[in-house]
Amino acid sequence: MTRYSVFSLVRNGLKGHRAWPRAWRRAEPRRSYQVIVIGGGGHGLATAYYLAKEHGITDVAVVEKSAIGLGNTGRNTTIIRSNYLWDESAALYEKSLKLFEGLTEDLNFNQMLSQRGVINLAHTLHDLRDLERRVNAIRLNGIDSEILSVEQVKAMVPILNTSPNARYPVLGASLQRRGGVSRHDAAAWGLARAASARGVDIIENCEVTAILRDGDHVTGVETTRGPIKAPKVAIAAAAHTSHLASMAGLRLPIETHPLQALVSEPLKPLIDCVVMSNQVHVYLSQSDKGELVIGAGIDPYVSYASRGSLPVIEDQMQALVHLYPVVSRLRMLRQWAGNVDVCPDASPIISLTPVRGLYINGGWGTGGWKATPGSGWVFAHTIAQDRPHPLNEPFSLERFTTGALIDEHGAAAVAH
Amino acid sequence: MLLIPCPWCGLRDEVEFKYGGEAHNNRPLVPDVHDDTAWAAYLFMKKNPKGLHLERWVHAAGCRRWFNVARDTVSNRIDGSYKIGEKPPAIAAETEESA
Amino acid sequence: MAIGVSVVGRSFKYHRPRGVFSAGVEEPIALIQLGSGPQTQPNMPATAVELSDGLVANSVHCWPNVNRDIGALAQWLSPFMPAGFYYKTFMWPARRWMVYERYIRNAAGLGTAPTEADPDIYDKMHVHCDVLVIGGGPAGLAAALAAGRSGARVIVADQQPEFGGQLLGERLEIDGGPAMAWVAAALDELAGMDEVGLLPRTTAFGYYDHNFVALLERRPIAAAETGRLARECLWKVRAKQVVLATGAIERPLIFANNDRPGVMLANAARTYVNRYAVAPGNTVVVFTNNDDAYRTAIVLAEVGVKVPALVDVRAFAPGALREQVSAHGIEVLNGWSVINAHGGRRVRMVDVVALDEAGAAASGSRRSIDCDTVAVSGGWNPAVHLFSQSGGKLRFDNARACFVPDVSVQSERSAGSCAGIFNLDGCLEAGFEVGAAAAADAGFTHGARPKRPRAEAPEEQPMRPLLWVPPPSNGKRFGKHFVDLHNDVTIADIELARHEGYESVELTKRYTTLGMGLDQGKTGNVHGLAVLAEARGNPIPAVGTTTFRPPYTPVSFGALAGRDVGDLYDPSRRTPMHRWHEQAGAVFEDVGQWKRPRYYPRSGETMGDAVDRECLAARHAVGILDASTLGKIDIQGPDAAEFLNRVYTNAWDRLPVGRCRYGLMCTDDGMVFDDGVTARLGDAHYLMSTTSGGAGRVLSWLEEWLQTEWPTLKVYLNSVTESWATASVSGPLARALLAGLTKTDLSADAFPHLGVREAVVAHLPARIFRVSFTGEVSFEISVPARYGMALWTTLMEAGQAYGITPFGTEAMHVLRAEKGYIITGQDTDGSVTPIDLGMDWIVSKKKDFLGRRSLNRVDAMRPDRKQLVGLLTDDPSDVLPEGAQIVGEKLPQPPMPMIGHVTSSYYSANLGRSIALALIKGGRDRIGKTVFAPLVDRTVSAVIVKPGFYDPEGARLHA
Repeated sequence: MTRYSVFSLVRNGLKGHRAWPRAWRRAEPRRSYQVIVIGGGGHGLATAYYLAKEHGITDVAVVEKSAIGLGNTGRNTTIIRSNYLWDESAALYEKSLKLFEGLTEDLNFNQMLSQRGVINLAHTLHDLRDLERRVNAIRLNGIDSEILSVEQVKAMVPILNTSPNARYPVLGASLQRRGGVSRHDAAAWGLARAASARGVDIIENCEVTAILRDGDHVTGVETTRGPIKAPKVAIAAAAHTSHLASMAGLRLPIETHPLQALVSEPLKPLIDCVVMSNQVHVYLSQSDKGELVIGAGIDPYVSYASRGSLPVIEDQMQALVHLYPVVSRLRMLRQWAGNVDVCPDASPIISLTPVRGLYINGGWGTGGWKATPGSGWVFAHTIAQDRPHPLNEPFSLERFTTGALIDEHGAAAVAH
Repeated sequence: MLLIPCPWCGLRDEVEFKYGGEAHNNRPLVPDVHDDTAWAAYLFMKKNPKGLHLERWVHAAGCRRWFNVARDTVSNRIDGSYKIGEKPPAIAAETEESA
Repeated sequence: MAIGVSVVGRSFKYHRPRGVFSAGVEEPIALIQLGSGPQTQPNMPATAVELSDGLVANSVHCWPNVNRDIGALAQWLSPFMPAGFYYKTFMWPARRWMVYERYIRNAAGLGTAPTEADPDIYDKMHVHCDVLVIGGGPAGLAAALAAGRSGARVIVADQQPEFGGQLLGERLEIDGGPAMAWVAAALDELAGMDEVGLLPRTTAFGYYDHNFVALLERRPIAAAETGRLARECLWKVRAKQVVLATGAIERPLIFANNDRPGVMLANAARTYVNRYAVAPGNTVVVFTNNDDAYRTAIVLAEVGVKVPALVDVRAFAPGALREQVSAHGIEVLNGWSVINAHGGRRVRMVDVVALDEAGAAASGSRRSIDCDTVAVSGGWNPAVHLFSQSGGKLRFDNARACFVPDVSVQSERSAGSCAGIFNLDGCLEAGFEVGAAAAADAGFTHGARPKRPRAEAPEEQPMRPLLWVPPPSNGKRFGKHFVDLHNDVTIADIELARHEGYESVELTKRYTTLGMGLDQGKTGNVHGLAVLAEARGNPIPAVGTTTFRPPYTPVSFGALAGRDVGDLYDPSRRTPMHRWHEQAGAVFEDVGQWKRPRYYPRSGETMGDAVDRECLAARHAVGILDASTLGKIDIQGPDAAEFLNRVYTNAWDRLPVGRCRYGLMCTDDGMVFDDGVTARLGDAHYLMSTTSGGAGRVLSWLEEWLQTEWPTLKVYLNSVTESWATASVSGPLARALLAGLTKTDLSADAFPHLGVREAVVAHLPARIFRVSFTGEVSFEISVPARYGMALWTTLMEAGQAYGITPFGTEAMHVLRAEKGYIITGQDTDGSVTPIDLGMDWIVSKKKDFLGRRSLNRVDAMRPDRKQLVGLLTDDPSDVLPEGAQIVGEKLPQPPMPMIGHVTSSYYSANLGRSIALALIKGGRDRIGKTVFAPLVDRTVSAVIVKPGFYDPEGARLHA
């Protein structure tokens, strides 16, 4: 692996940049592997990378039906944070955030990790209670988290409408300073490059068409490029998780929904941190290129169409203009949708399955991106050891039978 | 934006409706005879198919009736809607064939 | 351009000077900051802005000014800034990206956002039509005429202020007369049709599912400025049929330094002359691979612009056109190519080279030609954006090196140049045909089909599908060859991306940022694809196309938001007594959409003072609460009791008429969902109350079960929340107060706790419910909503003698917490069962109900589940914050294992100390134990007690 640095950049620049090697090897599928990871998104690539790095398992194939990193890895709003309410979630996402913090150096690929702070706004007394609960829980879990007054929020986000007469005035906010954004493509490419350098085969344009079993044990996969044998098959395919699991006769508590996002035209710096709101539902940050990056909730119905409905965008824009009246004349440059795999409790499944040797990592809903390295790290452990790591043990398929859900919808109810 | 055929009101915009998830996942009549796994299957497990999906909608900002829709989840094409208690057109045809 | 301005802006990455490249919305480089103050508009393509008196425009992305820009130093570093360079560097020292980022962010971006709120307003229109015609050029107008004549309801939208499309910049003829005369006649005819609407300045930007098309109409500046006319209008059109007549966009040929100011599209050069009477330059070299640019050369020469040469990469010459060009004294260089443009802030000279016989290498003789403008044409790309958005499949036309529509998915048809028909007669023919067919499919077949107009259809020589100049014979290319002028993406960048393995077109785009700019690659994407295809050694169709995503051109957030901003962001619901509360100086809180009085401060009072006073009054005299917001659902039908049995955890069969009962509702996975009191008003008539925020949700939930699972139950539901106004009087003097206003016997024997009576109160028809959320004797008096204010003011007047005190939600919360009553959504969070709340007494063992089966699952029976308990702080004056987390033992610092959290916490004036409710793991077994709440500034210790701090026997309630 050619090391990337300012020196190699200058050296190659003087040679017209003709000497750079491929970032990751082009691999042809071999007949068998120790582990097959289905899905060349961030989670699949991270899984392969940590299998090689942490567990010494390099006889790994990542099979991807198109090119790497083009699913939800390439369609999210790049926000990373670990300010989750429940202990189980906080631990998992914090593991991921910690890995993000060292990922640039670990992968020798600039992740453009920008810990510019993630702010969550409260607009009602109910929000404030919820905020206090979360901040205390996060803090006592040893994760940075603090409450901001309206004045403090305004100082950090001058374009925010903090008028007390607003329809839903800002009453307070929470802040995770270590939260922020990290370049999504860089994670996929950096992980692919580093995994490939450790011997992992990244096989693009290779779609799995069947999961092969011998009794209750998995034996490999059938693909558009022929059969590939492996005693361990790991699904990390986001929206396609249900589809792949059904090939092994499994039904999952997952529904696939469109999740839309959009960017504005590029602008000079306007907002320095990430701001989210539940009541006035929209989240906003600004990319290094200057585009405002905006997202909100999922479309309500099951769909694999990678397109959503305009009314969802209109709702987002109403929330956006409510919170930031100065952006009204700015313009949407591009909108798109991903297909997200949603669990009933808004928490993922990282689990063994009733089929031996078949592992599932899915159901991340709208939270998958920020979990990328952590998800891969615990999944690699689960595959290598054939049992979950303590961090992902609560995220088993079993929880839907026992009822031990990890309900991150939080106290969405408004009563009295 | 989808154009949804309410069996009571006709074609209306998606914004008038609320989605109600997979259809024909009926609540067991005697829940106690089902073990935790079967109960979990009723509560949580989804077909989530790529392709034809039989799903429930309610005309929330209209007649407030619940009904079922046959929609393709890849193309979003809607093949029709039918009232609660009725069989989906395709399934009705299949049953006839097998009979 | 007329006054000689060459440099309009600076490029995104290298800050190279840039001029005007096109004459339309496809403009990649001439971007301006339009206007100033709150109405400033960044990043507008100068080529799509209507001029008006007093217009203010500034260049963006340059400092100190566009002609002398410090950022241009970036050009010197450009050898070390190839595609994706930032992924490879800025990694030292470790974790210091944010230091670099600060500079990079300031250097990036283009225009500047306004700093004040937008003073303008935006409208939305919802319309249905039979045929929506997108594009008002020859094909679109022809389609509109054909559809309109059939009687169909037609909308014709065009992005320009004037209809005519490409004809606006041409001097073509239709039926022997000027083409624009035909356009005028067509518009006259269309304007006379009742069912046809014309929308100029309207861009169809998004084609969504089920023939739903979104259009943005920009109102003329003058009109928008003269009053409260909306600046823009978002049209949401559901069309039975759509005709796409979106035209085609000319594309350039790529050569070294093809971004110099003065290099522009040939058709744009022609448009500036024909439409605006502006010469694009004094000396223009025309460079082409097709016939069309010959017309540009002729037009330029006719108006006296010097055209020293027409350079055509094709070895052959189109007969008639070449003769016309030569007749103007223009030298035609067939089989030659422009390879480089010289100049700084304006082109001053081009190098041209003869191509070898195969046309594969620029290896022949070489010349330089002085000029200040290069008009380039690399052929045309059909504007297939909307077609592709609709889900339609594209096909690559090898002869013309462009994508054309292939397979339609929705009810649409493409007509004219967007379908790859590049001559006027063909466009007219296709327009009439497609318009009639669309109308027929929409059910309009009876239109007369008159003779269609004719235009000249000159014989075209095929273009040469070559989009960038071949390298010299040694294969080495010098200078920057820009593919994406907006994002400064060069041929070398794309080749590097391919070389490093980013060879899927989507990866190439992401690695290089190709096509990701303001223009979304309208003039460069096909070139990028072609470069990538050649680098990969694949044909273009095998490389694929990138996805066309909405919007076609940028759309303002304001237009998407429409009127639902400011106070109209969300409806606010007010009770009939709202005005009284306002006049009493109430502080309001948002509960769902409701505005509820939180407390009524008197002058000089803090919130704490006011709440204490209100709480004391309710326990010692009488308090009054506006309870109108509580959800009310009228339930009727012979099976109503059975229905309640199924949705509530407790039993309802034995509730007599005239009585109420408290009920708890669970979701089917056993978690508490809502609660409230339901009264039996008649044999088959119940009135259910819900939480204020939950009313809509509960009604929908009940309807869902009734219709989908229990359709045989004869039960009818009706939301009556807004039909009634409710005042609740509570306290030891409540009975005396009410007794003076009604003849109904209110004595404890005649009207016990949980009774309900039809009554007349203050001469108003009323229902009185003896229910209490405070623990005091309480009467909830409901009257028809229109009498709400009368009831309230009468109660207030009559209550003066009893020291009546209005209290808000805050006092209500304190009072109920003193009693240990829960608020669903505050003391529950969707993960709490009735058992967790200690409410086993309300959970029937004898019948099934929603959620029951789930309570028998392993996790629901865990002994260490979080359970509702009370907390008394060791320091009675210390009020725990709601949301404080509880630990079993104090540790010096986090992490600390948490055992629960505080759900409700107040200072209780009645008890003279603080109280709290909490959900604690295995809490009921911990009663009497001390726990801790580690806060940021202190740690509070508290003892776990039973919830219910005041009058636990309920003596006052039943008094």
